[in-house]
Order: sequence, then C-alpha cells, then structure tokens
Amino acid sequence: MAGEFGNPEVVEEEVDILLIGGGMACCGAAFEIMRWAEGTDLKIKLVDKAAMDRSGAVAQGLSAINTYIGPEQDPADYARMVSNDLMGITRDDLAYDVGRHVDESVHLFEEWGLPIWKTDENGERHNGAEGLTPLKDGGKPVRSGKWQIMINGESYKWIVAEAAKKALGIDNIQERIFIVKLVNDKNDKNRIAGAVGFSVREHKVFVYKFKACLLAAGGCVNLFRPRSVGEGQGRAWYPVWNAGSTYSMAAEAGAELTLMENRFVPTRFKDGYGPVGAWFLLFKAKATNAFGEVYMDRNKEMLDDYPPYGQAAVPASCLRNHLMLKEMKEGRGPIYMDTVTALANLRETLSPREVKHLEAEAWEDFLDMCVGQCGIWVGENIEPEKKNSELMPTEPYLLGSHSGCCGIWVSGPTDVGAPTDEEYSDVPEHLPKGWNWGYRGMTTVKGLFTAGDGVGASGHKFSSGSHAEGRMAAKAMVKYCLDNKDVTPELDTSVDDLVAEIYKPVRNFLEHKDYTTAIDVNPNYITPRMLQFRLQKIMDEYVAGVATYYVTNAKMLEVAGEKLDMLKEDAEKMRAKDLHELLRAWENYHRILTAEAHMKHIEFREESRYPGFYYRADYNIVDEENWKCFVNSIYDKETKKWTCFKRKHVDLVDKSKLFK
Amino acid sequence: MPTFVRTDKCDGCKGQDKTACMYICPHDLMKLDKDGSETGHEMRAFNQEPDQCWECYSCVKICPQQAIEARHYADIVPLGGSVQPLRGTDSIMWTIKFRNGTMKRFKFPIRTTPEGSIDPYAGKPAADMAKIEEPGFFCQENGYRAGDRSELINL
Repeated sequence: MAGEFGNPEVVEEEVDILLIGGGMACCGAAFEIMRWAEGTDLKIKLVDKAAMDRSGAVAQGLSAINTYIGPEQDPADYARMVSNDLMGITRDDLAYDVGRHVDESVHLFEEWGLPIWKTDENGERHNGAEGLTPLKDGGKPVRSGKWQIMINGESYKWIVAEAAKKALGIDNIQERIFIVKLVNDKNDKNRIAGAVGFSVREHKVFVYKFKACLLAAGGCVNLFRPRSVGEGQGRAWYPVWNAGSTYSMAAEAGAELTLMENRFVPTRFKDGYGPVGAWFLLFKAKATNAFGEVYMDRNKEMLDDYPPYGQAAVPASCLRNHLMLKEMKEGRGPIYMDTVTALANLRETLSPREVKHLEAEAWEDFLDMCVGQCGIWVGENIEPEKKNSELMPTEPYLLGSHSGCCGIWVSGPTDVGAPTDEEYSDVPEHLPKGWNWGYRGMTTVKGLFTAGDGVGASGHKFSSGSHAEGRMAAKAMVKYCLDNKDVTPELDTSVDDLVAEIYKPVRNFLEHKDYTTAIDVNPNYITPRMLQFRLQKIMDEYVAGVATYYVTNAKMLEVAGEKLDMLKEDAEKMRAKDLHELLRAWENYHRILTAEAHMKHIEFREESRYPGFYYRADYNIVDEENWKCFVNSIYDKETKKWTCFKRKHVDLVDKSKLFK
Repeated sequence: MPTFVRTDKCDGCKGQDKTACMYICPHDLMKLDKDGSETGHEMRAFNQEPDQCWECYSCVKICPQQAIEARHYADIVPLGGSVQPLRGTDSIMWTIKFRNGTMKRFKFPIRTTPEGSIDPYAGKPAADMAKIEEPGFFCQENGYRAGDRSELINL
C-alpha cells in the first residue's frame, strides 16, 4: 500500500549493523566494515538524512585537514595537546588511539584523489594537483600548524563519500531517511535492538531491527540564539543541520553521556564565521582590539590565573576567548584580525608571483569551506590586504570532534594503560567501572556504537580523526556481531506505537488545522520554528549564551530548568504540515534534550572549567581539587529525568612535558 | 546568503521527479514547484526556508543549468556583491564581484583522479580476522604511528 500524509506506509527491515549518518565517521565505517564483514554473512546498511555526497560537517568542503600527526610526532604529543586545549579533562586512551590511526585515513584520502598541498625542497608551497610525492611516500605537507595540513578541499566530502558508497554498494544505502529514535531490546533494556525513522521524500516510516548500530549524526547547532536572527541565522559556524540527534537518541536509549557541559565558542570572522586558522598559523596574523593592541599580549597575565592550562606554548582555546572578552566587555572593541599587517609582512620576502599565489590562498581558505564569508567581504568591499576584518565569538555549539569534547562515554583501547576500575562511588551500579568493556567505540548500551562528534572526552579529531574513529568502530561492531550471533533483537515497543509517536506532529496538524484561519497560530499546536526560537531564547538568556556574555549561575539554571520542562511538554504538541516540517519537528526535539543535558551538566559542575566558553558567576574558578574529573550522566526516558555523577580523571601520558 | 533560483534558467531538471538541487541540499531546503502553486513559477525549484540556508553552495555547484545563485544574507550584507562558482570535474572556477565593482577570478583544483574512478579495495589485502582485536586497520597505508610506548605512564 502506498502511504499518504498522515497514514504512512510502514517498512520493516532486519539487518545486522545499521550505520546512522553519512558524514566522515560513517563513511570511514563503511569503507572499513565491508572488508571485515567479508565471508561473515553480516548484512550492513547505511541511512543518511541527506545525500552522502554533501552531508555532515564536511559537506561544503574544507581548506585544511586539522589532524595529521606525521612521522615526526608521537600519538602521545597529540593526546597532550588535546588534553591541554580542553582544560585537562579528556580521555587520553581515546585521543591516543585516534592519534596512532588517523594518518592512515589521510593517506587514503590522497590516494582517492584529494589534493593535498606540498612543500618542495626549497620550501615553496604547491597545490595538491601538481603531482609532488604523496604523503604516504614521504611527501612534505604544508603545515599551517603543528597538527594541521592544507588541502584543496572543495570536494573533500564528495571524494570520501564516493569511496564509502562504492565499498558499501548502492543497494545498502538509503538517503533522505531521518532516524529519530532508537529502540531498546525487549529482553534486555540495556541492549539496543532497533531504530525508527521516516523518509522526507515519501510517506514511509522505516523500522529497523539490528544487533548493532553506529550512531554518528553530528553535534548540535542552533540550540542557542544565534547572533543573527534574520536570514543570517542559517549562517551558523557549525552545520545548521546538526541537531543533537546523536546525543539525544543515545541518551534516550540509556547511554551514559560525558562532559555535556563542554561547549565550543569559536572566535571567527564576524557574521560569516569564516575560518581563522590559516590567518593565525599560515599567514601569521595577529588579533587586536580597536586600537591595534594585541590582546594576547596586553592581557597575558590573565593566563596565569589558570595554571597550568594557560601556560602551555599554545594556551587552551577557551582562555584565548577569555582574554578577548575582557577587551569587548571593557569597551575596547571591535576586535580585528590584522590582515593588512600580516600580508604586508609576507610581501616583503616574496616574489610578485608568490604574492599572487598568496592572495589566491587567502581567498581559497574561505571558498573551500565558508563561501558565506566571501559574500560578506565582497558586500562590504573588504580586500584583506587593504582592510582588516572584525572577529567575534559565536553562540555556543555542542560537539565532540572539533575543539569541543561533549558526547557519549565509550569503550576505549585496552593496550594503553586505561583504568579498569572506578574510584568514585556514585556511578550507577549498572554502568561499567573502567574505560574499556570489550568493543572500541561501544557506548554503555550493548550494541550501540558511536564515532566522530558522538564520542565524548576526545576532541580535536576533526574530519580525518572522525573518519578513522568510524573505521575503528566498524571493526569492533563486526566483532560484536560475531560474538553475539545467537542474539535475536526484539523491540521493546510495538511498531504501531512507534509509528504513532513518530507521526504525532502530523496528526496534531491534521486534527487541529481547521480550528483557526491562520495556519501558524493555533492554541492546539506549536510550529517547530517557534519552538526552536523558544529554546534558543531560554538557552541564550539563562544558560550562558551571548546575551549574558556567557555567564550563568545556579538560580538562572534553575529558571532555565523550569522553562525547559514546559518546553519539553509542549514539544508533544509540535505540528508538521508536511514532511519537511516533520524533519524540523524531530530535529528540534533532539535539540531540546541536548540542551537539557548541557544545562544539567553545567548545573552539576560547581566551577567554571572553561573560562571564555562559559562562566558560573557563583563558582568563577577552575577548581582542580574538586572538579578535575569527568561529569557524566544518564537519562531515564520513563521519568524524563537526568542523573549526573562524577568519574575520576586519570592521565595516561605525562602532561608536564607541555610546560618544559 | 540564501540561494535563489533564476526563473529564466531553471528547467525543473526537465520534469524529473527530483531535481539536482533537491537531491543534494544537506538541509532539505530545495523544493520543486510542479504546478506553480507555491511560487507562481511552475516546474521551477525554490529555496523553501531561506533563513536556514548555510550557504554551502551545494545546490549552486550541482545545478546543470547554472540557475542557482546566492544573494547574501540581507540582514547582514550590503547588496551588490556576488560569488559564483563553476565546478568542473577536476577544478572549480570562482568569479567574485565586489559591491564597488572590483572583480577577481580564481581557479582551484578539486580532485586528482577522475570522478567515479575510485576502486576502494583495489590492491588492498583482505582483512586478517586474527587481528580484529588489535589496533590498526585491514590495510596499511604507511600512516600507522605506533608511538613510543614509554610515553604511556600507566602501563
């Protein structure tokens, strides 16, 4: 029977492994998994809410690969950098594991056709299509920083997706399916058994049963009110389609989350949010206040307030914001990137040919990954060699792969000295004690795996690390399925109930639409758009958004809690007038749960661990004695309540080397 | 800058059920107005939610008629500039026009292999199931960094 709006066709399917998402992590998993699954009869499928060629955070392209270790550095160096940038609380086991694997994926990208810039024997830079020696064979990349390499990356995702699609086979891929809910096992509530979602193109609901899944659907954007509230609200720094689906679906399935208080507030070119990395690292530009003073020098002593994290050669990202915010709050804004001086300095030592190349490089940096910033430059007549550009800290984002580390608590590698027990006693009894429980990338729910933005306490993976992490999870999922051959997944909820729940916004609309003459104003339902505005207002005003210069306190969080409770209730009344709006409705449901986790974690952690990203005015210190620990949580989908608790932090590599 | 579709160029991908821009948009923004009831222009695509546009240019780059352009966010950007790509199989050309009329053109490589030519497992070994619990992947690309074990202080 063909479905119709309000009465969808139900498609039930059983596979062994479902890959949820089509970004870098799932593309990595797709490539790796089919080789390990050869001869095992395992059935594997990938579902993506968009089209793999342009889905996920790399959809637009990138101008750099931010994690490439190279033969000259050690994975331990990488784990140290990750730790310090995230104020000392990360999982060294996970970061180290990414560090030792990640270059394998970068070498594949180059083999598949990604142009990677090279440095020749004279130190001159060349684009990636000039046929210089590949990295795999000893070619020298163009380092824009200690860990970053430059690429001609407009088609980065297109290339990586092509390899993933070929590996999986087109019959095992379904695009435009938005998975919105995981389903636990009827016989073991701590095991995953399935997932449900819907097509945004046809009136169909999909119910999958499986032994294992890789939930890698990105981070969370637009849970805070953006600085632009007109058309420009689409110009989020991180992709606007990242709706917190990874965190919320995992939480509802019972998975333990970690460091959900962590957020990323990138300082970027104002309004377009164009990348600053190449400007700082490759072109050696300085950021200044309105009077041309370099705030990192002017306010240098503020770094000493946060030992040791402020005292590394590269202070933690949040502290760099902290020093900039002082200038803004004391009235010495706007903040500028001094592109004029930087380019003038470079011109002094370059030939005219090299100067022309340099100009192209500066523009390519935006055109490869943030065309919108070029739009602002052309509209405002900004040529970087003639006019400086403003910088601005954005609204907060939640993510686990870039310079943030919120996410899901996962099982790590067993060979790097990770703890096998837990010293803190308030960890709920049913959860694992140590940092590994058999399968790399598996959450605390059996069969539920994650990677990329999903894995918490392990930031700075970026595109390449997320791909590598997806590959690690792929191996572990195959092993898990082979070890659990006899387990037959059984859904704990009936298919009828699941379908009714998923299509509830459609039913809300059809039932009530004729009550008023204005389709958007109706006391019986709320549009996903208005619900999103309400969420953003609450988060912005009470949970340390830009409205309060990222400041909150216990009372503000309490008020936020009351308002979020009512918002969650009203989410039941979201309407969907078409499939596109059903997509938005579920995205916003995911945003609410993610926002609630963020708020609860900030409330629980009675300190200000990330100055410059957020401040608890009532505990405005970094409290190493009481809070150098993980804050983790679980969500009870029946009572709709969160439980937060501490887990002990342990260093697996020596961090003091950063300060020698 | 939300993208917009030019009425004089869009052909609705010649009456197919799904246009190229609908296929590619990561945020499900592009929609085909088959009968003209939504826009007054039948068999043309349009951006149905311009304030959710990330300006990723996926639709601009894929449109076979070059019918899609961007008008930069009206709540931020002065009018008059444009940034328009022409994406080929191995490179992309950008034409950039400033509000004051200044023009710039750039061409960058986008891939070094023919589109569609990737054969992911060609020349790669089968997986060694005996190693499924060890670090490392099924194939070795000279990029695994084993690391100095003495750096691990908790072993």
